[in-house]
Amino acid sequence: MKAAAFDFCRAESLEQVLEELSSAAGEARIIAGGQSLVAMMAMRLARPEKLIDINHVGALAGIDDGDGMVTIKACTRQATALQSAIITREVPMLAAALPYVGHIQTRNRGTIGGSIAHGDPTAEILLAATALGARVTLASIGGVRSLAVADFALGAMETAAREDECLTEVVFPKPPRELALSAAVDEISPRAGDYAVIGAAAEIGLDAEGRCRHARLASSGAAPVPVLASPVAQALAGSRLEDTEIDEAVRLLDPLLDPESDVQASAAYRRRVAPGMLARVIKRARDQARNPTT
Amino acid sequence: MKQKITLTLNGARRSAEVEPRLSLVDFLRDQLGLTGTHIGCEHGVCGACSVLFDDDPIRACLMFAVQADGHAITTVEGLREEDGSLGILQDSFWETHALQCGYCTPGMLIAGQALLARNPDPSDEEIREAIAGNLCRCTGYVQIVDAIRLAGARMRQMPPATDREAGDD
Repeated sequence: MKAAAFDFCRAESLEQVLEELSSAAGEARIIAGGQSLVAMMAMRLARPEKLIDINHVGALAGIDDGDGMVTIKACTRQATALQSAIITREVPMLAAALPYVGHIQTRNRGTIGGSIAHGDPTAEILLAATALGARVTLASIGGVRSLAVADFALGAMETAAREDECLTEVVFPKPPRELALSAAVDEISPRAGDYAVIGAAAEIGLDAEGRCRHARLASSGAAPVPVLASPVAQALAGSRLEDTEIDEAVRLLDPLLDPESDVQASAAYRRRVAPGMLARVIKRARDQARNPTT
Repeated sequence: MKQKITLTLNGARRSAEVEPRLSLVDFLRDQLGLTGTHIGCEHGVCGACSVLFDDDPIRACLMFAVQADGHAITTVEGLREEDGSLGILQDSFWETHALQCGYCTPGMLIAGQALLARNPDPSDEEIREAIAGNLCRCTGYVQIVDAIRLAGARMRQMPPATDREAGDD
């Protein structure tokens, strides 16, 4: 349960990170919060020859409240995001997801970008980023590119990042201002803060007549990556979000699912529970949007 | 190759040379002899190795000692009073019988200390949230919650820190 030997580089700038990545030719890993990577190294599931520590790169930390979007730099702590007024106001689904991410001790080290770069299919930050259509920025010596999170997360612990690329920021679009808006996240897990078996996230916007004009929905735990529930959102567009309408609409999630059995739950259980979990968060977000004070 | 690090440990500056692969908790226990911090699972699940890193509770098994360079670490040894007697939270654990085997206790103390530093009057729900990342297989947690609640009440009755003898730096 001890990590194998490695070289350690404390990077002081993004340029240094990218040069180290380039010269390491795939044998180096970036360490941000390390809350997954160090455990994997202890179990020898990961054995990098070099760690490039980005915790002291100032350009990789911070939250920027921009025009129509919020940019979270990769090495921003989860605890910092959880306490951020910008995130609470402009990315309410992420604010709702963060209390489910690990525990206080891991959120104090764990980062927003690190969680997405790790690519855990049941991770709550990846779930919210998928639902909201967030984008990641990937930098290398050769240049910078932007990818939708849905195109970045390819499978369990599998992403589109190249070996010479560093995920530098996650960009979340802001929700429409003119609607009564609320977000909800929930999950089933063996204990509070543990990995989710099944999770779901919903952001709902209602117009003055109480009709659904905005729905961002996603489900996790029943496919290799979080599933964007677009057909469910389309079925609910313009509806008053009565319980029966929601229960009917979430059945459209089923064809998108591709669950596998593991030690936590069978594939059949995951397929059965995922739509119900999605219905639960839609109803909760709807109730909060109807009564913002409660 | 060993790297030199300098950190503030329980208020005192310390320098050391460490292999990059050395975890922070192994550094504290094996290299510095501070065995108060316990090692449970060694992969971030149990919370026994919790320490304060720049005043925030973290898991010392999920950091390498080399990453602590330039930072401040507080271990359970740092929670005692200056005369060596038990700190308020430690004494409250004793008072309410909040430990049996004692394995989780250092981590519970660190989690409780971090909570009370930010929130002197936490609800039971907030106390449970604060120790949710720390496993205890003996007590059933009830007396640990009692201890942290009691320590909060005792700390709130303390005179402000300015009335106490100022520490020297």
